[in-house]
Amino acid sequence: MASILAQSLTRCYGRTLAVDHVSFEVDGGTVLGFLGPNGAGKSTTMKMLTGYLHPTSGTALINGHDIRTARRQAHQVLGYLPEGAPLYSDMRVGDFLAFVAAARGLGRAEVRESVGAVAERLELTGVLKQSIGTLSKGFGRRVGIAQALIHDPPILILDEPTDGLDPIQKSQVRRLIQEMAEQKIIIISTHILEEVEILCHRVMIIAHGKLQLDGTPADVRSRSRYAGALSLVVDQPQTVASKLSGLAEVKNVEFRAGKLTAFPSGQGALATAVQALIQSEGWVVREFHLESGRLDDVFANIAGQDEANA
Amino acid sequence: MRKTNVMIKKEWMAYFYTPIAPLFLIIFLVLSSALTFYVGGFYEREIADLEPFFQFHPWIYLFLVPAIGMRLWSEEYRSGSAELLLTLPLSTWEVVLGKYLAALGLIGLGLLLSFPIWITVNVLGDPDNGVILGAYLGSLLMAGAFLAISAAISATTSNQVVAFIGSCAICFVFLMSGMPLVLDPVGQIFPQSWVDVISQMSFLVHYSAMARGILDLKSLVYFLGLIGVLLTGNWAMIELRKAS
Repeated sequence: MASILAQSLTRCYGRTLAVDHVSFEVDGGTVLGFLGPNGAGKSTTMKMLTGYLHPTSGTALINGHDIRTARRQAHQVLGYLPEGAPLYSDMRVGDFLAFVAAARGLGRAEVRESVGAVAERLELTGVLKQSIGTLSKGFGRRVGIAQALIHDPPILILDEPTDGLDPIQKSQVRRLIQEMAEQKIIIISTHILEEVEILCHRVMIIAHGKLQLDGTPADVRSRSRYAGALSLVVDQPQTVASKLSGLAEVKNVEFRAGKLTAFPSGQGALATAVQALIQSEGWVVREFHLESGRLDDVFANIAGQDEANA
Repeated sequence: MRKTNVMIKKEWMAYFYTPIAPLFLIIFLVLSSALTFYVGGFYEREIADLEPFFQFHPWIYLFLVPAIGMRLWSEEYRSGSAELLLTLPLSTWEVVLGKYLAALGLIGLGLLLSFPIWITVNVLGDPDNGVILGAYLGSLLMAGAFLAISAAISATTSNQVVAFIGSCAICFVFLMSGMPLVLDPVGQIFPQSWVDVISQMSFLVHYSAMARGILDLKSLVYFLGLIGVLLTGNWAMIELRKAS
């Protein structure tokens, strides 16, 4: 079973503290999303997990192999897509993949087999003979993912795997991640909230080098002030808003972009009370939506808080 | 060792899929032959040896070897591919050695392809082929030392132009270190004992002996030791970059 154990990972660049005592544990079958603003420490954390950067203090165990002392064994079970998917633009796709496979210790026959298999999986068979520098961005990213997958590693670390891709390519990459998610540990970093909602079983929000929040997307959503709120689209928002504010179940009402949102006060069932009011007043309601909380709201809160502290 | 071979193969692909290898080989062969015949007076001397061929190698290497060496690491760091390479299950030594040996192999291929001049001299006269073999070995060793300097410098910067100019400058200092050009300023600042040590480090002195067929153990140890020290420096630089 795949496992990652990060113990107080800390990293300084000169005097700047980029990652500050980040600890967590992940088991197989998990897609973990690192979420955070630019420069928050997501990439630095990934670089330490993959052994590209030495931690200033703390360490990580990759399948039990200490990244500081058993780097080679750890690398053997990892697949890594660095930020921006850097590749060797002079090499041909097939040769590059064969190089990675051989460096991973596969024998000659296995190399050929695994290059064929991964090329088929990522629809690269047609460009194997092409030079990497001539590929489009979407193909380039797929080559980057292909090299991470070539040895079918139990742990995949993908730094912004869908960044810069068009919507169709984005959904292809997401589908691929979903397909692989069953046994593996997959860590992705992203700024895209919908990606987290679709893909991740677990979310970590990192800001200013600190782990701010760790939970399921539902956990994170429930921290949103929108959790349990009710959104309405009605014909006379002013009247409705003032009546709604009168309910004991309602804390306050906001009107934004044609939508009324009633936030729960915590007393009684908000939806039932509002429904009863709608019926007794005979309002025309065009939309009625119970909010489950918004990730972006939590994210903005944490990131914003952090800016205020800085 | 198998992993080092994987690395060498990858580097050779980069040389031969780009104009690097053909350009290097052509320029090396054209330049070394032209200098042999037009400046070295190969025919005019009427001596059946290859001294006119070998005497220009230091000067050709002075800029051709840094041109090969500058990209070894700078390019990896500039493009970000270093991150890919150094997270593969290869040890840093395997990567350092693989890159070095691949580049040295390219230079060695250039030397091998100069064989027509060896045939020519054997057709025209009766040269001492042992001397010629020793000179080839000396030339390869000196190129190896230049290359180790360039590789180590390349690991310190992600700018290839800086790597090239820095390597040329340091190679020049090593080449000339037995000459007044270097010894005089050193003598102004440092005691005589330093001057004596530095005068022993001249590539030119060690190489000219080998090019004339004097295979001195001291020169052999000097070049190999220097290459070892510089490659260790290269390795240390890569490790340091992970920590800084």
